[in-house]
Amino acid sequence: MSNVPANLKYTESHEWVRVEADGTVTIGITDHAQEALGDLVFVELPDVGKTYAAGQETCVVESVKAAADVYAPIAGEVTAVNQDVVDAPESVNQDAYAAWLFKLKPANAADVDALLDAAAYAKVADA
Amino acid sequence: MTQKTVLNDVHRAAGARMVDFGGWDMPVNYGSQIEEHHAVRSNCGMFDVSHMCAVDVVGPDAKAFLRRLVANNVDKLKTPGKALYSAMLNEAGGVVDDLIIYYLNDTTFRVVINAGTATKDLAWMAARQKDWGLNLTITERRDGNAPLGMIAVQGPNAKAKVWEVLPQVKTATEGLGPFFGVQVGEYFVATTGYTGEEGFEIALPAAQAADLWRKLHAAGVAQCGLGARDTLRLEAGMNLYGNDMDETVSPLDAGLAWTVDLKSERDFVGKAALLANGQKAQFLGLVLLDKGVLRGHQKVFAEVNGTAGEGEITSGTFSPTLQQSIALARLPMGVAINDTVEVEIRDKRLKAKVVKPVFARNGKAVA
Repeated sequence: MSNVPANLKYTESHEWVRVEADGTVTIGITDHAQEALGDLVFVELPDVGKTYAAGQETCVVESVKAAADVYAPIAGEVTAVNQDVVDAPESVNQDAYAAWLFKLKPANAADVDALLDAAAYAKVADA
Repeated sequence: MTQKTVLNDVHRAAGARMVDFGGWDMPVNYGSQIEEHHAVRSNCGMFDVSHMCAVDVVGPDAKAFLRRLVANNVDKLKTPGKALYSAMLNEAGGVVDDLIIYYLNDTTFRVVINAGTATKDLAWMAARQKDWGLNLTITERRDGNAPLGMIAVQGPNAKAKVWEVLPQVKTATEGLGPFFGVQVGEYFVATTGYTGEEGFEIALPAAQAADLWRKLHAAGVAQCGLGARDTLRLEAGMNLYGNDMDETVSPLDAGLAWTVDLKSERDFVGKAALLANGQKAQFLGLVLLDKGVLRGHQKVFAEVNGTAGEGEITSGTFSPTLQQSIALARLPMGVAINDTVEVEIRDKRLKAKVVKPVFARNGKAVA
């Protein structure tokens, strides 16, 4: 069984989203996603300052066996990226919720409310 | 419907991540593909290869049949047990399948074919036998009566571990050279493999496979899935049917010329097409110089004598041994070892070095 923390929001495409105190959101891929991909060996992050629509491809994570696109869970502008995961892609396998990928400044803060909660995502991950 | 090998329950009990591989429900890893890969390069690991299909070709015309059926010449097999890697071709010279033939005696051969192509291969073989009116029997040993399980134990310590668990096969297999197989009681033990490491491939009555697997695991042999099998074979520069060649690809364009015999007078299916078409592309290795991962179907741009040429990656991955991305690729004639080419990955063109198509053998990087 993969780990689905209750305090996060999720997408059907297996991203997790955490709302920070300053109103930005932190995004990564779920434990279920890292487990399905297997050992990650390459992460390509978006550029800071770039804006995305909800559902748009932002970057790519690759394991030994496959490449997977990471999508913007909500519309917004990239404010920070986690260079540590580029240098050590395996950190996503070790703890998918600590190894975040990038932060977005939401175009509309309320968009987060429409994302899946932990219970709803657990069903997606189990399917 | 997905098919299961006799070891399916063992994989599930071990917590393997299962995937559909050519219609077979197979373990892709038991946790970490990279750790399984390193276990084989540095110690030993085992793979369930029971989805592959052993076919016994037996009878007075068995040898004559194989002489016409495959691109290499079974006349080269003179010592009982000797194995030959080759390909079955269609009339157009495309690869129907690649296979290993073990020569047991002039009327008895064992052929091992791929899992996903077995049904097609058996129909092809039966049709050729009928066309040629030859006297032999073709008996598959996977799904019918007397099915076999197959376990590949690979790595520098693989042989010692097998002898520890199956001491009764030691005497018969100790002096076995590379690419040989020998029947010892109920076990057919061969020094073939798909990893670039030493080891044994063991075929045995299917009902006994789970017991052998558990004993090998208890003796310290790592359980390895198809994920590690793929990175190991790619590092070893070994072709994968369906990726590196198929019915539309000539063996001469897939790095398999070494196992095609065009010198002898012998005729075989596809020979005329190979002679008429010749070699059209080179099959070489690539090492990615930039960061990223090479994958099958990515385009390769190479300049040959000032002219732009285009090739394609047929298999690509991240190499755990080299810690770089590597690939096998079909490239235009004239591209040379050590050339730098460009690979299109998503919207970027990244640089890669052309190398001989072998990256690691016997635990060491060679690229």
